Amino acid sequence: MRTGRAGRAGQYLALLAYLVFLAFPFLWLVSTAFKPPGELASLHPTWIPRNPTLENFRQAFGEQPLLRAAANSLVIALAAALVAVVVATPMAYVTARHRTRLSKAVTGWVVVSQAFPFVLLIIPLFLILKNLQLVNTLTGLVLVYVVWSLPFALWMLTGYVRAVPAELEEAAAVDGAGRARILVSVTAPLLAPGIAATAMFAFITAWNEFFFALVLLKTPEKQTLPVVLTHFLGAEGVADLGPLAAAAFLATIPSLVIFAIIQKRITGGMLAGAVKH
Amino acid sequence: MAATATARSDTARDHRYRRDHGAWFLVLPALVPILVLSVGPLLYGIALSLTDAQSGRTQATTWTGTLNFRDLLHDTLFWDSFRIGLVWAFGVTVPQFVLALGLALLLNQNLRLRWLARALAIIPWAMPEVVVGIMWRLVYHPDAGVLNETIRDLGLGDGRDWLTGLATALPAVIVVGVWSGMPQTTVALLAGLQNTPQELHEAAALDGAGAWRRFRTVTWPALRPVALAITALQFIWNFNSFALVYVLTSGGPGGRTRLPMLFAYEEAFRYGQFGYAAAMGCVMVAVISVMLALYLVGRLRGGEPR
Repeated sequence: MRTGRAGRAGQYLALLAYLVFLAFPFLWLVSTAFKPPGELASLHPTWIPRNPTLENFRQAFGEQPLLRAAANSLVIALAAALVAVVVATPMAYVTARHRTRLSKAVTGWVVVSQAFPFVLLIIPLFLILKNLQLVNTLTGLVLVYVVWSLPFALWMLTGYVRAVPAELEEAAAVDGAGRARILVSVTAPLLAPGIAATAMFAFITAWNEFFFALVLLKTPEKQTLPVVLTHFLGAEGVADLGPLAAAAFLATIPSLVIFAIIQKRITGGMLAGAVKH
Repeated sequence: MAATATARSDTARDHRYRRDHGAWFLVLPALVPILVLSVGPLLYGIALSLTDAQSGRTQATTWTGTLNFRDLLHDTLFWDSFRIGLVWAFGVTVPQFVLALGLALLLNQNLRLRWLARALAIIPWAMPEVVVGIMWRLVYHPDAGVLNETIRDLGLGDGRDWLTGLATALPAVIVVGVWSGMPQTTVALLAGLQNTPQELHEAAALDGAGAWRRFRTVTWPALRPVALAITALQFIWNFNSFALVYVLTSGGPGGRTRLPMLFAYEEAFRYGQFGYAAAMGCVMVAVISVMLALYLVGRLRGGEPR
């Protein structure tokens, strides 16, 4: 590719502008989280805290039940991820290996489900869960999250199954292995990394989700981290900035770590879905 | 590719498998929750829109036919919010696409900072929307925010209260929307770019085609299906979004950022008007279905293989 020196410089300048745009809000959040009250209140806020402190973190845990909220989020996200994968993997296998009307319907549903306005779902779900006495329970929310993450889980897993060569399964069949045996000892090991990535994706989806949690969880002891975070904002939008930033920063760490691990696989899965389906 | 794979595995064994209902056994665990907790509620929601259902109502709920929809027709607040929703969805999706396309083209070049851009792109993508909202409130904060501080440092005045100003609130939340969805769009476009055959580029360059011409005749035709898909999805996601704006402005000031989802949420869970809110949901589904149909037509016209 022939690009002049001036063109190159322009490209780097543009890239730099993008990097600043992507990074600066996050850097500001981190910086705010470590600022002592004096620096927060000053009319000229500093970019980098002059006297960094952990006081905001201590205060954040005192103001809101963050530990309990994090525990709730963890339990819900783990359960949702586990159930989603257990339920979706067999279906993805069938969809990938047999192009039947069913698999076409699944693909169609995956596309359509992206367009559901949650408000049309949440009112009936709220009433159904209320009848089942599952409003304000972690179980109710797990059920919602499983269904919520199923379309994308199916999408990703179908791609991973397709990547396992059917010839391997056929070779095992010729050697006399039964279907269950083939699935367990040939397909499953090759599929494991994809299943793990899908589970992690479902975990993040549940960990980050806000709308369903806001509607379905009523009491503070049951609420998840995103819902509890909004309590820091107070009634009139007046907020204690330091602890707010500290808590928000903490809530992000699990997602960022997991996402960094599976980023390549997710983009791969997402693109396989977007381009090939 | 999948078609040939099916043909190859079309053995007698496979036929027996297809007939032995094993497939149904594997499919049921996913199909049941989908039907019970997703398709079912959707139909239930449509049914609710034809009733006067309310929370905590003592009399029985009755069918009211299209009454909710007729009321909606005259509800100026709803149409205001609908208009705001469209402005927001276009206002986010269009700049987001342009910026993401620029970034994807840059990242497709051999530049040194590519790895950093990829690492940073994780932040908006992985962050909980609530945290994104909180983070930008800190950026926009009138006294302690970095935006006003920068404006003061540059001597451009005192800055302003971005999220509570009548004129600035919607543009301010739109910027956040653009920021938070950019990575997905960028990654999708980047993959599209990497699918374009490099030889075509080189041949076009040898023929003396300039950068713009090469983009129009080689890059864009190959990128079109991906671009169309991601833009349609982003538009739909944006039109349906809730958490970001709920945290940033709660729909204020004076309803200037009250997206349809926020409006319907308040109607359902603050005022208990389940039937009316469900009708709003139906109207939103209708609009989104039109978008989806346009996308599918565009995809078919694009002549995409499968």
